[in-house]
Amino acid sequence: MKPLRITAYSLSSAAGHGREQTLASLRNRRTGLSRNDFGPAPLPTWIGRVEGLEAEPLPARLTEWDCRNNRLAWRGLHADGFITAVLAARERYGADRIAVIVGTSTSSIGASEEAYRRLESDGSYPPDLRRRIIHTPHSLGDFVQHAIGSTGISMTVATACSSSAKVFAQAQRILEVGLADAVVVGGVDTLCGSVLFGFNSLELISPDPCRPFDRDRRGINIGEAAGFALLERDAEQGPWFLGCGESSDAHHMSTPHPEGLGARLALEQALARARLTPKEIDYINLHGTATRKNDEVEASVIREMFPATTFASSTKGWTGHTLGAAGIIEAAISLIALEEGFLPGTLHCDRPDECCGPQIRVESASRSARCALSLSFGFGGSNCVLALAASDARVNA
Amino acid sequence: MPGWEVAKRVIRGECEPQATNAPRPSTALLPPTERRRIPDTVAIALEVATRACEMSKRDPSQLPSVFASTHGDAPISDYMCSTLATTPSLISPTKFHNSVHNAAAGYWTIAVGSYAPYTALSAFESTFAAGLLEAAMQSVCERTPVLFVAYDIEATGPLAAVLNCTGLFGIGMVISTEAAIGAARPMQIHTRSAQSTEDVRPTRARTRAADLVAGNSLAPAFPFVELLATEAPGAVSLALGPRAALEIELS
Repeated sequence: MKPLRITAYSLSSAAGHGREQTLASLRNRRTGLSRNDFGPAPLPTWIGRVEGLEAEPLPARLTEWDCRNNRLAWRGLHADGFITAVLAARERYGADRIAVIVGTSTSSIGASEEAYRRLESDGSYPPDLRRRIIHTPHSLGDFVQHAIGSTGISMTVATACSSSAKVFAQAQRILEVGLADAVVVGGVDTLCGSVLFGFNSLELISPDPCRPFDRDRRGINIGEAAGFALLERDAEQGPWFLGCGESSDAHHMSTPHPEGLGARLALEQALARARLTPKEIDYINLHGTATRKNDEVEASVIREMFPATTFASSTKGWTGHTLGAAGIIEAAISLIALEEGFLPGTLHCDRPDECCGPQIRVESASRSARCALSLSFGFGGSNCVLALAASDARVNA
Repeated sequence: MPGWEVAKRVIRGECEPQATNAPRPSTALLPPTERRRIPDTVAIALEVATRACEMSKRDPSQLPSVFASTHGDAPISDYMCSTLATTPSLISPTKFHNSVHNAAAGYWTIAVGSYAPYTALSAFESTFAAGLLEAAMQSVCERTPVLFVAYDIEATGPLAAVLNCTGLFGIGMVISTEAAIGAARPMQIHTRSAQSTEDVRPTRARTRAADLVAGNSLAPAFPFVELLATEAPGAVSLALGPRAALEIELS
């Protein structure tokens, strides 16, 4: 399949609203994590919370979709002038030629949780939350489609933490067969009880700020984020989405394959499809969740597959693990790295685990970079690796 | 209508549906202890996936898959929300990992030992059409047969009144661009832009069997199932969104 230009992209997370703020946080090693103050009985952990969403209802025409997740989606659409670029594409191609493929893990389940906390005396939902669309996973895709006024294909992908990486693969197929001229891909996940208490039940939540690849790492911090990218069929400018690799672990619902078999397959496929060799990869944004198991398996895969010169890092110390939004957020951070010539290190990794090879870097570096990989591995053994390149990279189209 | 052979005959009016609700399918893919613990969504998805692979005579471990469900496992969402409202720290870790939308797909790849990629998606009232389209695009672009599975089950608790999804409905098929083998039916699909929501004009179900799944969120798929059951050439139109349709022709 043909490599595609990314003609616009945006992100909004605890590490900053938009590319400029995010880059400043990365440069200054300023984390977006804060003590958990979310919900009625906060667990003792740290979270990547996006401030101010409670006071930012959606505009009147979109009230039907109003909830925390779609508010964050709205914010992400407005970061970095993204929606302006999308509306221009809609003008250019027509509303029916714009597809929306977005990823999430829990979509707006936070609204369902709220309804259950505020049930009427007869056990029914409170009237303000009796809106079917916000209690179903496609809440996100349907909202984005209505927010941008497109009428083409619209789907919501929910493969846990690989969701908003896999949307790139789907978009590439849609453009390849010509069912759209442009695809809005992205992902949004917001803080909610389901993931905070759910990951807590699996004993994967860290009581401290998360420390990816540190020998004393104690688990994840949950973050919330929104990110989007616009892919167009015949664009002439913008960084490249070269291709991706997808695989399954066939191992376990909530732990990775011990030898990282699925991760290797996805990496090999991404490299093959991008027509790149490991030594041509200048930057890898790792999944790096800071769980004992993920980081150990991922580090060994990277150590065995890439030369010592490869620069790899996890940026979850800045954002937390944004789950279904992690794919797009980390793709966006990789694009920032390529565009700015600034490779972020790994925040809070004070003493790298002995499982880490020389590829995994703690300190950031300023250096020019042409090609990057972004790795996302999800519950249920779903793996996705994105290959990206700078706008001026020589691409084997 | 347990299984395609029975469903086909019920749709054609050759036999009556069973009076009582069919028991939940029991997949032979998993060991008995695990079989009892999997949620209904996984049970129905694995059952139709297994049958579809058998019919297609394909090795299930080699097939990429597309799993589509409007609401995922609504009873688990009900469990999560009610437990969170009362005793959040008592959330069951098993229920939590079964609550993800890709639980059925994850169990499937584990059960058949498949390293091939899967996806899990939702598109509200167009979930079946969206999943079918994605499976077809994968089979064309990736040049491989693809397993497509769609399922929705009855919602429970306070969520049920909002989602309004009843009964249990699962559909599984293998889509391939290769020459037909066995029971294969040649299929052509294309998308159509509609001028308005009224202009989407999805085909209406025409058999009494449609009543059996009318309350299920996958009911919009039933005209396609009817067309498959008739074994005669024909076409149906499914809503692909508020202003888009998926046109499907079977020869």
